[in-house]
Amino acid sequence: MSILTFADWIGTAPSWIGNLPEWLQQLFFQLYQTFIYNDRWQLIVNGLKITFIVTLGALALGVVIGITIAIIRTTYETVSKTKSNFFLSVLNGFCQLYLTVIRGTPMMVQLLIMGFVIMVPKTDTGMIWCGILTLGINSGAYVAEIARSGIMSVSVGQTEAGRSLGLNYAQTMWYIVIPQAIKNILPALGNEMIILLKDTSLVSVIALRDVTKQMQNIVTKTYQAYVPYISLAVIYLVIVVILTKLLGLLEKRLRKSDR
Amino acid sequence: MIDNNAVIRVNDLHKSFGDNNVLNGIDIEINKGDVLVVVGPSGSGKSTFLRTLNLLEQPTAGNIYFNDVDITDKKVNINIHRQKMGMVFQQFNLFANMTVLKNMTLSPMKVLGISKEEAEKRAMELLDRVGLAEKADAYPSQLSGGQKQRVAIVRALCMQPEVMLFDEPTSALDPEMVGEVLDVMKDLAKEGMTMVIVTHEMGFAREVANRVVFIDEGIIMEEAAPEEFFGSPKSPRLKEFLSKVL
Repeated sequence: MSILTFADWIGTAPSWIGNLPEWLQQLFFQLYQTFIYNDRWQLIVNGLKITFIVTLGALALGVVIGITIAIIRTTYETVSKTKSNFFLSVLNGFCQLYLTVIRGTPMMVQLLIMGFVIMVPKTDTGMIWCGILTLGINSGAYVAEIARSGIMSVSVGQTEAGRSLGLNYAQTMWYIVIPQAIKNILPALGNEMIILLKDTSLVSVIALRDVTKQMQNIVTKTYQAYVPYISLAVIYLVIVVILTKLLGLLEKRLRKSDR
Repeated sequence: MIDNNAVIRVNDLHKSFGDNNVLNGIDIEINKGDVLVVVGPSGSGKSTFLRTLNLLEQPTAGNIYFNDVDITDKKVNINIHRQKMGMVFQQFNLFANMTVLKNMTLSPMKVLGISKEEAEKRAMELLDRVGLAEKADAYPSQLSGGQKQRVAIVRALCMQPEVMLFDEPTSALDPEMVGEVLDVMKDLAKEGMTMVIVTHEMGFAREVANRVVFIDEGIIMEEAAPEEFFGSPKSPRLKEFLSKVL
């Protein structure tokens, strides 16, 4: 496809644009190229869809992994006070290893390894799964610490009351501690979601066409970086601001039910 | 089999936290129907003693026999014995994420396997007895301290325990709410419930207990019936303690 030149465009543009200063005409030209020419806004919308799918998928996976690890580690800490348990020690060691490796290597490197060494996806869906898995496994390591602090924030008295009524450790965790812990960590989880949303921009390295990758593609077609990349930043910013507002509302609601 | 009446027999019980020896050899038998009040200065080990009885604290040494089973034995499943020992805490410890009714039915349903209808029926009867039937659907945060503690008592009763352990049940209450909780406990004692109570309420001890125990420095310094305990204390430590609290 041939490149749209400024001269071609100004001929078809509405006449009022011709009366504007030169730099504004250039700006409108770039905006037109980025969003309207060849229906490029559709690429951006498709990219946003991928961004959201990967964010939500990774968040769900991260929460499941994180809470599981938090339970294993707090259980290990409680049990190891009184007696040693081989199975738990092995599990706990495995969790430690996972946390160390995941938090000790860059997300970008993890994506490269997952995308080009371990999974090597060939299809679009395969690439989406690869993105979700990598980000989810990464996020799980951070959610684990959040969830652990959440579990520890539930007072010991709640556990003691449960145990004194004859509930076993697992029942006490499941019915009493974890529901309260999740409520306590919801704001921190929201924050993790915002971080994840921004981190999805890295999936472009495994050729997953998220909104960042789409903007890069547009730049390679228009040879103009200014408008696409600034717009990209604005898009992320707007989403994050909206999410932050929603989280604030959620937090307010939660605090109300405490009273 | 030594004494068929003894529900709990404690034999040379020791407990230390690191270098801190809290219990230094406690021996006592608690019989069916006993209302045993444990008093002592703060830090004397009386709460720790109570908490070892259902193994919320693991003893360092010694044995605790509950219905002639040594529950300090590692092979014993403590959950089974805890079902029969209700416990009431200073800080109430109602489950914050559940309504009053759910607080009371959770354990009977999950541990004893009673149906929801049956558990709720039993819970409502008990709530009615302590005058809190209309609070069944309230959350703990909506109750006053006295109401919370009354719920905590009937929550334990829902498991139909053989023994009730009270760990300073009125210490966290506003003064005007102490009475309502003590009244519930008095009724329980009248019904013949075996109770072990750690408390600072000397009037209650004198009126309701059949045995009073003075714990200091991790041992039982003195034990007597209430009249004798308060009327003619023997050890100088107890005399000194009573002169401060009465």
